[in-house]
Amino acid sequence: MVSPNTPEASGGASASAAPRSIKDVVIRLAGNSQDGIQAIGGFLARLAGRSDQDVMTYMTIPSTISGGPSIFQVRMGTGDILSAGDRADMLVAFYQHSYDAHIGSLRPGGVLLYDADHVKPVEGDNRFTNVACPITTGTIEAVGGTAKDKGKNIYVLGLIARIFDLEVAKLTQLIRERFGGKNEDIVRNALLAFDAGYAWPQNNLRDLFYRFEAIDRATAVSGRPQVTLDGNSAIAYGFLAAGVRHGAGYPITPWSSIMETLRTELPKYGGVFVQCEDEIASISTALGFSYTGNVAITGSAGPGLSLKMEALSWATMAEMPIVVVNVQRGGPSTGMPTNVEQSDLMQAIYGSHGDTPRVVLAPKNVEDCFYLAIEAVRIARAYSTPVLLLTDQALSSRIEAFDEPDLKALMVPPGPDRTERPADFKPYPLDRQTRHAPAGTRIASGKYPVVTGLEHDEFGHPTGSPKLHAQMNAKRREKIKALAATLPAPELSGDASGEALIVTWGSNYGPAREALERIRAAGVSAAHLHIRHVHPLPHGLEEVLARYRKVVVAELNDEGVYGFGQFATLLRARYALPSIVSTCKTDGLTFKVSELVAGVARHLGNATLEGLVSQARPSPLASR
Amino acid sequence: MSTAVATPPPPAGAPLTKKVLTADHPTWCPGCGDFAVLASFYRVLEKLQYPHEKIVTFAGIGCSSRFPYFVNTHGGHFIHGRALPFAAGISLGGDDLHVFVFGGDGDGFSIGGNHLTHTARKNVRITYVIMDNSVYGLTKKQTSPTSPIGFKSKTDPWGALDQPINPMRTLLNSGATFVARSHATQVNHMTEMMLRAARHDGFSVVEILSECVEFFEGAFDAAIPRKGGHWVLIDEKKNDGSPEDAARHDVSDELAAFQLAGQAWPGKFGVFYENKTRRTKNALEAELIAKTREKTKGATDLALLQATFAKLR
Ligand SMILES: Cc1ncc(C[n+]2csc(CCOP(=O)(O)OP(=O)(O)O)c2C)c(N)n1
Ligand code: SF4
Ligand SMILES: [Mg+2]
Repeated sequence: MVSPNTPEASGGASASAAPRSIKDVVIRLAGNSQDGIQAIGGFLARLAGRSDQDVMTYMTIPSTISGGPSIFQVRMGTGDILSAGDRADMLVAFYQHSYDAHIGSLRPGGVLLYDADHVKPVEGDNRFTNVACPITTGTIEAVGGTAKDKGKNIYVLGLIARIFDLEVAKLTQLIRERFGGKNEDIVRNALLAFDAGYAWPQNNLRDLFYRFEAIDRATAVSGRPQVTLDGNSAIAYGFLAAGVRHGAGYPITPWSSIMETLRTELPKYGGVFVQCEDEIASISTALGFSYTGNVAITGSAGPGLSLKMEALSWATMAEMPIVVVNVQRGGPSTGMPTNVEQSDLMQAIYGSHGDTPRVVLAPKNVEDCFYLAIEAVRIARAYSTPVLLLTDQALSSRIEAFDEPDLKALMVPPGPDRTERPADFKPYPLDRQTRHAPAGTRIASGKYPVVTGLEHDEFGHPTGSPKLHAQMNAKRREKIKALAATLPAPELSGDASGEALIVTWGSNYGPAREALERIRAAGVSAAHLHIRHVHPLPHGLEEVLARYRKVVVAELNDEGVYGFGQFATLLRARYALPSIVSTCKTDGLTFKVSELVAGVARHLGNATLEGLVSQARPSPLASR
Repeated sequence: MSTAVATPPPPAGAPLTKKVLTADHPTWCPGCGDFAVLASFYRVLEKLQYPHEKIVTFAGIGCSSRFPYFVNTHGGHFIHGRALPFAAGISLGGDDLHVFVFGGDGDGFSIGGNHLTHTARKNVRITYVIMDNSVYGLTKKQTSPTSPIGFKSKTDPWGALDQPINPMRTLLNSGATFVARSHATQVNHMTEMMLRAARHDGFSVVEILSECVEFFEGAFDAAIPRKGGHWVLIDEKKNDGSPEDAARHDVSDELAAFQLAGQAWPGKFGVFYENKTRRTKNALEAELIAKTREKTKGATDLALLQATFAKLR
């Protein structure tokens, strides 16, 4: 169908003065969750992806199941978008409570766009460019009928498209894709709302007209288009690419969407995902799958991981491959289930009973969720070991754009290797890597192996021999050390030596990279080291850490009884460097760039840097 | 310890005999009822003649759960109480496998109780043998969920206080599609029950009263005739149209099974219930896959994932 009121005809964007060029913008949408705020964010994210722009989003989910305050923050622009942005350049406030709660997040000179039907801004506050738009009545007038104010979100999308000179054709196409196939009325209403927002009289918007800098993709072309997705989806698709066709799980926020995606997708691939009665049954079923030669996955958040620990110990002892995802959230206990935290690191590495050397990987962003999921499965298979994939709530729901993966090159064929094993087959050889013969495999000797959690000899027979226990402990340890020797050097950016080294793991990657840029711009020699292979650590780090006066480990957990975060504690134990210090926080939110700069400034005792933090940085949208 | 290379391999396709199926020598106490269960299981496998490599013997933790070490098949010894969900993974991950799980009353009804319920309701194709000695054997005489009231254990020196569970009722209630009961002193009966359980398409359970001579001597004497007890078999319906057949037990009648389960100790032995109509999870998942693949027209894995990513552009 044809949009009845085309933006061109309305004389919106094109009639105005030339747009001002900006590099990126942070837009915070604040309303209630039923307003479809996330849909606006989703449209903007997908649009940015299709436009070869970089995009990152940030979303809070109210802990109430439906309704209630909700925000979606999207940062879009040219070049690498590393974090969702400390503060907003534009705040769209749907209600008074949205305004009250979020006006503090707007940078000076930023744009406050509010629904004049619901919001009364504080009088005389002239820090921002205020735009009063009757969003509710505008939507009702445009759509009318029984839809009431449904479609406010799309109306706002139209406004934003007008202000940032976004590609209308691509946006309307996205709207059609999103709503099409349902009811043509829905598409029609959405387009009506969009056009009305876009055509809202431009003189009301004054000189608010911007355009993102043209990008130079020539330097980093993969030749593949951009895709836009969240971290949990990226993990699920990573598993599919890695040849995982089996899994089991029990629902818990923020892990559930991984199991929902796999339950829905796996049958297409001939696979099975089982919803179990609890997390213990889930890891047990997954181990059962792995035992048949189908390397399987399970996952949960912290509370469920606690339940899996006994079986994880078994997996180490029995040398059974498995990948376990932990989408970390605020703990302990039920804690802050919809907030981010990185407080399960020690649990991931050491949470089981006995000596259980195992592998822990932590993705740095959404794209990395995809690639590390593949890497986790590869390592589990190659070393016949449990691997934990430690992600977090922020990555789980954040939407980012990245180059579409080269699936053809990445796909790993699934399926057990049931070729007959020779007569000298041993399930637990001391001089070689364990390679289990999956159930169903003929063994030429006619002697069939037992996989076991008891200490055992090379054939899997139980043993009480202290010598064998020591030998087998060494075997299980040495294979993890052998993996460490193969790991690539972690990404180091900035100065090769100097005052400060920021060390991060997991989703702190982006804010730390941005913090580094600011610190170096202030004349301080510094670098950032980001670690994806958290355990075992790659070789050669002692030499890197030694080159900086302070090694500031930034992580989202408590500083603990001794004043160090969990990763910092490990690094201190491993490298015994007094220069290793901590910057920790547990407010349930990702690091702001300014918080990281402040942390480094404090440890360096650098007043210039501290001054930099307190300086309010005006928004690029500020009128000149 | 191991003789993996010393023994000549059996010729391919040679029949599975007790000799071939024997592995480590059992570590059970002399006189333990579990020996007889093992002997019967060899006979069951001799009768079934499945391909050797397709048999899996699995267990949790307990005296009875040492079973897999004594049977020369693919197998494993998992953690206490969780053998059933592991076995569900085996069964659903390898549909051509014959999965047998062995374990005790504590393993199955206490720590693993919830798993028993859910594996049963899902009707995963597994044969589960519970070796019930009404005591915790491995940990040396604590009260178990089937210990009778008054049983003097180390945790109830004055005699057990808590109401024991009724295994047959519990199993029926969970939705197990084959439920039978036997006694370790009755090798022929045990063999027949396990054989029927193995042939059942679904989740089949045989509870075998298996005496722990060390910690609960005489527990099941009430069903041993030479000790003055009564060994009473369930009289199964023959469907022969005879007048006496009307009074016989119809194994497909759930209510009748519950009534049998409620009889006074030591009760009857045999098949309490068999449901041949409820579909297995194995079959339901296979059908889901087939239907889904019909819709995707059997696209390759690569094409499927490429299509997913194309939608994310
Ligand atoms: C998580 C856990 N809790 C407790 C134990 C200790 N434990 C081992 S076997 C067992 C009970 C065994 O009783 P049952 O299952 O009836 O087997 P039986 O030895 O009687 O054959 C217990 C409590 C354990 N191994 N693991
Ligand atoms: S303790 Fe009891 S159950 Fe365990 S082996 Fe001895 S007799 Fe058998
Ligand atoms: Mg017992």
